[in-house]
Amino acid sequence: MDVKITIIDREGTAHTVDAPTDMAMNLMEVIRSYELAPEGTIGICGGMAMCASCQCYVQSNTELPEKEDDEEAMLAEAFFVKDNSRLSCQIPITEDLEGLKVRLAPSEE
Amino acid sequence: MIKTDILIIGAGPTGLFTVFEAGLLKLKCHIIDALPQPGGQLSELYPKKPIYDIPGFPEVKAGQLVDNLMEQIKSFQPGFTLGERAKDIERQDDGSFIVTTDEGTKHHAPIVAIAGGLGSFEPRKPPINNIYKFENKGIHYMVKDPEKFRDKSVVIAGGGDSALDWSIYLADVASEVTLVHRRNEFRGALESVDRVKELKDIGKIKLITPAEIVDVHGEDHLESVSIRKNNNPEEDYTLETDYFIPLFGLSPKLGPIADWGLEIEKNAIKVDNTLDYQTNIPGIYAIGDVNTYPGKLKLILCGFHEATLMCQSAFAKIHPNKRNVLKYTTVGGVTGFDGTKKEAPKSVIRSID
Repeated sequence: MDVKITIIDREGTAHTVDAPTDMAMNLMEVIRSYELAPEGTIGICGGMAMCASCQCYVQSNTELPEKEDDEEAMLAEAFFVKDNSRLSCQIPITEDLEGLKVRLAPSEE
Repeated sequence: MIKTDILIIGAGPTGLFTVFEAGLLKLKCHIIDALPQPGGQLSELYPKKPIYDIPGFPEVKAGQLVDNLMEQIKSFQPGFTLGERAKDIERQDDGSFIVTTDEGTKHHAPIVAIAGGLGSFEPRKPPINNIYKFENKGIHYMVKDPEKFRDKSVVIAGGGDSALDWSIYLADVASEVTLVHRRNEFRGALESVDRVKELKDIGKIKLITPAEIVDVHGEDHLESVSIRKNNNPEEDYTLETDYFIPLFGLSPKLGPIADWGLEIEKNAIKVDNTLDYQTNIPGIYAIGDVNTYPGKLKLILCGFHEATLMCQSAFAKIHPNKRNVLKYTTVGGVTGFDGTKKEAPKSVIRSID
């Protein structure tokens, strides 16, 4: 089953995409699979919460899994962090994400 | 001038394994890497993480894989230029290359193999206006010579091991150490966190949390920084300081290699995947995560394969008139440049009476 997720890219364009719940994908990987940010500018560490290149701002009231320590620690050192910042690589795609809306944070450079 | 057969840029798993495959063909290798230790992102980012898709290893920790590769290539005596970044390349009349690092070390080789992964690791710079204006004029992204800070005031920003460790070290060197971090929690070795707390309690480190540096000021040299407490602009204040050291870890950048005239696509170097992973410049190859071609997968095991094919092509370029057939290590063993030889024990033929 797919869920609909809206992703606003770094240029400000909104894309509503179908994200599969049965492929063990996370949100960063969905963004990459639709090429909504240039390769090499997102998911640099591969999804280990070790860089902040997949940071996004959550703009809907969707209930998301709590941040784990790795994500908290990385966000403590990332730039452009806001209260609604998340690392998209730490958000697995599940049925609960239907209607999620996120905006990609700017690249660091 | 360092001379070698194959100059490898990048000491990650792909670069290291290239030494082995080149060694089997009696080609010597030298490796340049911007990091001070071999292993690339495996050593720098996730040495303790297990990897499950290395053929023959159901599970191996990234750091262990690097140790194993170093052991595997030891007898081929690779040279290393570590802690320096490959900066310029000059093609010579005979088709060979001279590669110069940012420290001025020159390397000469007929073949260059770029195994640069995601790029060279460079300090992450916080997005502060004017930060570039004071680079090396009061703002340093790493501590190369701690004596520089003797009896000076220093502001350190960051919440990881390097911010903690340098705060502890400089507490005894600098006249004043202020550590600024966005959270009250620090991510580091427990003893470092405890030590910073002790030094704070005896007044040797001034701790400001949750806070961040939002501006830097000065004429020719840094004179002060603006600190924002509790994410509240109304609480901004200015702190005079001789030095500001932001320590936010490292992130990989393709860097100067992007200006070498190589065809770049999606932040990676385009190569000929139908043959030998050569770039658009003959004699320069790109292998591992740094390259791209239709169907590319950024996997260590793919890097190993690419390195192997690339070495065969390099051999043909270096020795255009020599014949070469693939030799299995089970048949030919491994003869190192250090005189060691590993080979399968010979079976004995003897009749049993």
